Amino acid sequence: MLTETNVLNPHKWVAAYADYLYMYAIVRINDEDTAKDLVQETFLAALEKVDRFEGKSTERTWLTAILKNKIIDVYRKKSSGLAIASANKAAQEQDDFFEEDNGHWKAEYAPQPIAAMDDQDPLLKKELNGILQKCLQKLPALWNAVFTMKHIDDAATENICTELHVSQANFWVIIHRAKVNLRACLQKNWN
Amino acid sequence: MSYLKKIIYNCKQATFLIEKKQLKRLTFREEMELRIHLAGCGVCVLYNKQSRAINDMVQQLFHDSLKNELKLDDAFKADLQARIEEGLA
Repeated sequence: MLTETNVLNPHKWVAAYADYLYMYAIVRINDEDTAKDLVQETFLAALEKVDRFEGKSTERTWLTAILKNKIIDVYRKKSSGLAIASANKAAQEQDDFFEEDNGHWKAEYAPQPIAAMDDQDPLLKKELNGILQKCLQKLPALWNAVFTMKHIDDAATENICTELHVSQANFWVIIHRAKVNLRACLQKNWN
Repeated sequence: MSYLKKIIYNCKQATFLIEKKQLKRLTFREEMELRIHLAGCGVCVLYNKQSRAINDMVQQLFHDSLKNELKLDDAFKADLQARIEEGLA
């Protein structure tokens, strides 16, 4: 079957892939209206590229790749301009977690046990998950994009850097800051 | 401050290495610095544990969200397919 060529059938696209693409977008964008728009844009963009489809991937993989690029565009848009200010502000706040001169935890921000993390109670876990989701949404857009691409898509660091226009050094700073903030947010809203 | 003392005090650097280690192999020097720090810093040991737990939770959240069958409504789909047909014509 290795030589089989995949073909496109746009008449069936919506029925076959719309829900899948919608879920794919929702998980990464967390906004239903934007996700809907992206699904629509994906199909319409795909339609224009139909003649360039080489049949090397499945229809679904091909459509998903188009959607993925659109999601990255959204990340980029969200993390430019005004959003930079919010990232800087959050970075400033994170610098407050550690002493300036020696990098030691400031007493009031030092990690403390978060009971629900060790607990196996499904109800507590669910509550903690809810808080985690809210904390993720509070991250500056660029951090959220980097974090999502790394942890959900398991994308290569080099690709994330290229696609979101961040340097390698900055990438690690963002990964660090995002997690320190996320953890602090969990602790603050749980205890 | 001596080099060793800097490592022992610097939780900012230690947490940075904790994050890096979860995604990439540390250099020998980084690995040593992190071990020395964690040997004497219970707070960062806790951070390490919680940070890994958060990663697991994020993964879980992602898998769960794939299970909940969020679907587009039929009217939206019909309209979308109509637009595609239009483009095909």
